[in-house]
Amino acid sequence: MSMFDNFDFSVLAPSLPFLWSGLLFTAKLTLIAMAGGIFLGTLLALARLSAITPLALAATWYVNVMRSIPLLMVILWFFLVIPLITGQPMGAENSAILTFTAFEAAYYSEIMRAGIQSVPRGQVWAGQALGMNYRQTMSYIVLPQAFRNMLPVLLTQTIILFQDTSLVYAIGAKDLLKAAEVAGKNYNRPVEMYLFVALIYFVICFSLSRLVKHLQARIAIIR
Amino acid sequence: MNYHWNWGIFFEQIQGGEETYLDWLLTGFGWTVAVSISAWLIALLLGGLIGVLRTAPHRGLAFLATCHVEFYRNIPLLVQMFLWFFVVPELLPRELSLWVKQDMPAKEFVTAVLCLGLFTSARIAEQVRAGIQSLPRGQRMAGLAIGLTLPQTYRYVILPMAIRIIIPPLTSEFMNIFKNSAVAFAIGVMELTFQARQMQEDSEQGIETYLAVTLLYFICAFIANRGMAFIERRSRVPGFIVGAK
Amino acid sequence: MIEIRKVSKWYGQFQVLTDCSTRIEKGEVVVVCGPSGSGKSTLIKCVNGLESFQEGEVTVNGISVGDPKTDLPRLRSHVGMVFQHFELFPHMTITENLAIGQVKVLGRGKDEAIERGLRLLERVGLKSQAGKYPGQLSGGQQQRVAIARALAMDPICMLFDEPTSALDPEMINEVLDVMVELANEGMTMMVVTHEMGFARKVADRVIFMDQGCIVEDATKDEFFGTPRSERAQLFLSKILSH
Repeated sequence: MSMFDNFDFSVLAPSLPFLWSGLLFTAKLTLIAMAGGIFLGTLLALARLSAITPLALAATWYVNVMRSIPLLMVILWFFLVIPLITGQPMGAENSAILTFTAFEAAYYSEIMRAGIQSVPRGQVWAGQALGMNYRQTMSYIVLPQAFRNMLPVLLTQTIILFQDTSLVYAIGAKDLLKAAEVAGKNYNRPVEMYLFVALIYFVICFSLSRLVKHLQARIAIIR
Repeated sequence: MNYHWNWGIFFEQIQGGEETYLDWLLTGFGWTVAVSISAWLIALLLGGLIGVLRTAPHRGLAFLATCHVEFYRNIPLLVQMFLWFFVVPELLPRELSLWVKQDMPAKEFVTAVLCLGLFTSARIAEQVRAGIQSLPRGQRMAGLAIGLTLPQTYRYVILPMAIRIIIPPLTSEFMNIFKNSAVAFAIGVMELTFQARQMQEDSEQGIETYLAVTLLYFICAFIANRGMAFIERRSRVPGFIVGAK
Repeated sequence: MIEIRKVSKWYGQFQVLTDCSTRIEKGEVVVVCGPSGSGKSTLIKCVNGLESFQEGEVTVNGISVGDPKTDLPRLRSHVGMVFQHFELFPHMTITENLAIGQVKVLGRGKDEAIERGLRLLERVGLKSQAGKYPGQLSGGQQQRVAIARALAMDPICMLFDEPTSALDPEMINEVLDVMVELANEGMTMMVVTHEMGFARKVADRVIFMDQGCIVEDATKDEFFGTPRSERAQLFLSKILSH
């Protein structure tokens, strides 16, 4: 008698289209939050390293606050507060996109800050010696190197982001996990659905992390 | 912004009950601390063991340890909660499965602790491995060269230094476990996030509720951080700077 | 005392040692030199089994190192070793560094081990440093402590793996002086080093290695007189010219 005797995996096939739409939202959320988060995170990192003290303090404060509260609480906060400010209801999906962009920016900014600091001081001097201003030195000399050095870490953070998107469950946004839960209820087979969705997450994250490892090795050789 | 503030809400009684909302939050705080600390103990013991095994010169053991780490790292914590809560009881033998589903005391709490502990153990194992591997290879050789056996070399030479090296990353992991414990709300553990949602719906004073809960999470993070900093100071080795090699 | 017979070793496809053979008699001092990557550090680590090898045999005092039945920790406790990067244990004081092997391996009492450690510390001129941690000592001092730590185990022979190459030039002599003294007392020594002055002063034989092979194995006078191989001549001219 096998462990899986009580299981009925035949319900998976009919629910695939439904799960697929959930996965699409998960992917959309991940990609937007990654792009927006890296952009905002880079600005935050530059702010933290800037000589303008109030700006540096504000950025530091933002990053530290975001990093000391559970993501779940941040999700709940945004879902509660944004409609209060705008005066209009906002769907769980849009709220999730805003939340993750703002939240991930804090984590990406720490990575970019380390990246910027990993570029030798002499590179900045060399840029300035060529007559470049701050913006030019940053965008042509420092940030490209910082970005390349940190690429594996940025991608690893994105894998974590991909997993964390499952927390939009708390506000009922229809991501992969929510889709699995709904399908599980429809067919009265929640156990099979949870197993299946765990497998999907595992396969995606494991393959991506292998890819990052591969990339890391290649970058190490180029250096 | 059109919001009706009411800071007195914490001392009002819940609808149709004796307790105040403050009681709810404090209960939640208690469960958050209980889940986090219990899971932390599991994570430290298991993570330490598995991290060491990953550096051991034994193919099979190292492979098993790697599998453990990869499994817990590549599935979202929330999904793992559901796996432990809904799926694992189905995989158990019939009698045990029935007992777990119907009679097990504090089922939600035990499940959450187990899940969070195992999840964190994988992350700690990675740090222990990295700490051990960051030591110069010569240290292991020097231990062996004076005639210590491999377990003795770990016990007296490698681990004492590795532990000191990994205290800073362990600190952030200890702070993480309080944050991650929020996920336990999904299987019905009545911890802070659970109470926050409940109080927000019940009292309709969302901002006050979330501010109070956020503050309580800050307190957890702060205490965890100071506690680890104390340990770090106590274990400092003269003439040796962590991070400088 | 030490016998190395036809030892070969591979890292995957790459052969690091090819058919190495030599003997070191009791009381002999043998210097092993050669360009970096020639396999000399690997060879010396084969003597106490820190590196494994696929072919050949190494025996120390008649005990086979490669034999899986050999009690390696026991064998190593009789063979002192000094490393390029000292490898003192940073979380232990100097005294604790000197005592740990005696207590945990030889089973000596703690007081006895400390007393013996302090005697050896005095011998290498560092008695005043006993309570410090390795990170508080200079490189030369650390290496002298490392020698004392090895001697504290009452070794029947000593292995030195480039003991001075991680040191600043002004500290090299304080370490070499200790080694010369040891050699003069009749200790059996195998020393991987580029310090040809040391070799001239105390070595009985010099072994020259290149690309994993023992190219030259000659008495000191033969070696410094007229090395037979071209590669050794080239190496010597590079080393002695500055």
